[in-house]
Amino acid sequence: MAPHFGLPEFGFLLRGLQWTMLLTLVAFAGGCTAGLAVALLRTCGHKGVEWITRIYIGIFQGTPLLLQLFVVYYGLALTGLKLDAFVAVAIGFTVNASAFLGEIWRGAIQAVPRGQTEAAMALGLHYSSRMRDIVLPQAIRISLPATIGYLVQLIKGTSLAAIVGFIELARAGQIVSNQTFQPLLVFGVVGAMYFILCWPLSWWGSRMEARLALANQR
Amino acid sequence: MGYTLDFSVVWHAMPALLWGCVGTLGLALAGMTLAMMIGVAGVAARDSKAAWLRALVIGFVETVRNTPFLVQIFFLFFALPLVGLKLNPTVTAIIALGVNGGAYAIEIIRGGVQSIHKGQVEAGYALGLHQGQVFRFIVLKPALRAIYPSLTGQFIMLTLTSSICSAVSAYELTSVAQRIESDTFRSFEVYFSVTFLYLAISWLLMLGFAVISHRFFSYPTR
Repeated sequence: MAPHFGLPEFGFLLRGLQWTMLLTLVAFAGGCTAGLAVALLRTCGHKGVEWITRIYIGIFQGTPLLLQLFVVYYGLALTGLKLDAFVAVAIGFTVNASAFLGEIWRGAIQAVPRGQTEAAMALGLHYSSRMRDIVLPQAIRISLPATIGYLVQLIKGTSLAAIVGFIELARAGQIVSNQTFQPLLVFGVVGAMYFILCWPLSWWGSRMEARLALANQR
Repeated sequence: MGYTLDFSVVWHAMPALLWGCVGTLGLALAGMTLAMMIGVAGVAARDSKAAWLRALVIGFVETVRNTPFLVQIFFLFFALPLVGLKLNPTVTAIIALGVNGGAYAIEIIRGGVQSIHKGQVEAGYALGLHQGQVFRFIVLKPALRAIYPSLTGQFIMLTLTSSICSAVSAYELTSVAQRIESDTFRSFEVYFSVTFLYLAISWLLMLGFAVISHRFFSYPTR
């Protein structure tokens, strides 16, 4: 006799939701750090370095996230390190995030008017101060809507960890669905949980985009 | 004990993998066609006079854009048979891709339609163009030109997303790769190579789209 979808099953989905959120947070934090490095290298002015980062970004933009995850997951297994499934998928998503955030911030850095950099140079500021105090604070403002957009992508993307077997929300949904034979109800609830997580972010992002566009019109 | 990489299994499986590429492209093309139909119908409904219809379209777009494709395809996989559609996994995958892409297409096409000002049409008539010419040169071509980059980008996204359809074992590149992996246990070699097949597909698509864009949408300079 199959159990019906009740409170214990709902609790199991909620625990999956926790893993989804944790995975997103870890990958986003790691991706922000590495992505900043990618963005700075992509705009450093050295032709060779810029080309390499450009190809790095192009590879991640031109291949499916699922395959990236497979390659990192099975590639890490080959190194002989006995990594927890969570660590392995977190590394996979972090690498992906570094490329996408790197590209978003590359665009934002280049969108800061050149006069800002020139003025900072004229004032005798070094590269680090120029970036930290002049360019990046403005670039972050410009990039915020796209960054939030990527965060939503990332939350949705973590569902692919289910395919390599890590139990987050989507995988928890599959398990409960197989136990209860109520796939529509279960995946409906799972979808609603993702929606509750993503929709406020999407709304916030598009509102900010509209306000930024309005500010630029003036 | 060290592990030696052996890519010969990939080489032996290359014909199957290339057929997988064809499957992926077919899936993406069929999905995109459906997405465009949903997109055009959705734009018409999005700006209709009936408030409930507008709300329905907005609800559809927000739902699709804020939930993972994997959950969408699982949901459809179980929901379609309930409404009497007993379909094979590949057709289910096409519908899922079409529904997913449709939500994004609605937003893209709507942007294109809104980019044409009424004044431009009036200017066309004032210049003595007849109705067909106005539609072709003043409405259609600039609207297509405006949405072409997002639309082709969307197509490439859809092609990459179609890899997730392997979860319901639709016929495409990733599911072919999974079968080869389970036959040979060469997970890394297979997935690493297939990743670059996808890269080749998306670069070829980008190149093709750029050529088309240059041929049809570049502004006359002479």
